[in-house]
Amino acid sequence: MNLVKIFLTALLIDNVVLMRFLALCSYVGMTADVGQSVGMGFAVTFVTVLATAATYPIYHLILVPLHIEFLQILVFIIVIAALVQLVEFYLKKNVPGLYTAMGIYLPLITTNCAILAVTFDNITKGYDFAEAVVYSVGVAVGYLISMVLLAGVRERTRTSPIPKFLQGTPILFAATSLLAVAFMGFAGLIK
Amino acid sequence: MKRYLKIFTAGLISDNPLLMLMIGLCSALAVTNNMANGIGMGLAMTFVLLCSEVIISMFRKLIPNSIRIPIFIIVIAAFTTIVDLSMKAWTPALSEAMGVFIPLIVVNCIIMGRVEAFSSKEGVFACVIDSIGMGLGYTWVLLGIAAIRELLGDGKILGFQIMPDSYQPILFFTLPPGGFLVFALFISMNIWLKKLIDNAGARAGKSGKEAVA
Repeated sequence: MNLVKIFLTALLIDNVVLMRFLALCSYVGMTADVGQSVGMGFAVTFVTVLATAATYPIYHLILVPLHIEFLQILVFIIVIAALVQLVEFYLKKNVPGLYTAMGIYLPLITTNCAILAVTFDNITKGYDFAEAVVYSVGVAVGYLISMVLLAGVRERTRTSPIPKFLQGTPILFAATSLLAVAFMGFAGLIK
Repeated sequence: MKRYLKIFTAGLISDNPLLMLMIGLCSALAVTNNMANGIGMGLAMTFVLLCSEVIISMFRKLIPNSIRIPIFIIVIAAFTTIVDLSMKAWTPALSEAMGVFIPLIVVNCIIMGRVEAFSSKEGVFACVIDSIGMGLGYTWVLLGIAAIRELLGDGKILGFQIMPDSYQPILFFTLPPGGFLVFALFISMNIWLKKLIDNAGARAGKSGKEAVA
């Protein structure tokens, strides 16, 4: 039950993009069409879960016993960067089909703040390993949902009459504002 | 001298990192529900940007091209850790309010972008000018957004009551949707400002452009 609660909170109530303002760069940059946003969403989901699985044990088995928790930022970013690189090599060699679908998104993911934020959250919220993994899946799928939603809206805005002062990027954020209002409706979902 | 002036003013409007280049948005929107957070974030960000640019500019001839990205990340992460720990020690309330966004300076695209595009090529002094210009460009947008959101959403500026007592705060502006909406209007305003400056520059001839900007 607790796991379901963590998942739903991460997915809808605290949606990573619309409620917590994370990963906005890729949210603006990678939503030109729905296909692209789905690709990016899945790539992020994959890496987020892997990053959680890698950084959580590193923090509790290496940093805490050695009392070097202050190196957390440095260690986590290096682990994630290395992880992304390894995933890229692995996919290129063994799963070329997936690599061509996901490959172009992978280098961008190192600097995706949602992933780093999830790994910090796992520690500060005091989750155990199972909770941390469920939380990271929830956040990442929440990211996927908001990406696809915006990509859908963007495809429509191309043919709609938009007030002149909102043309271009401003309309994206105005639309995002409305999406965020809609997501606020989920706030009462879990007591 | 003119060259430095141009570097300095680029970050303010015409190449503003937030409104024009659309990078480093996460922290800018998340912490701007009041002015105090905006000032703290602006200073923290400018400090990390300045230090990283100077260090990398000093070592730019020694850093091998093929592993420059990991080296940049380590330098940036080191300064971010310094800011994070200093804020936890001296301004615990501010650090609490900004939460995860201080450690997230490390993946802020503005820093990575400037380090890669500017300080890996230019000298130390140019980097100081550039980082202060970019830092100011980032901070004024933060303060502008924060002022509007705090005034309309809370009736206050920096914690002081500005609106009359009968004013009913519009909660919308302190919540995430308000942040997105105010930001949309800021981008719109900046595009208009840039057009204004470009037109004035065109009228005053080529040399007038920097002076107006």
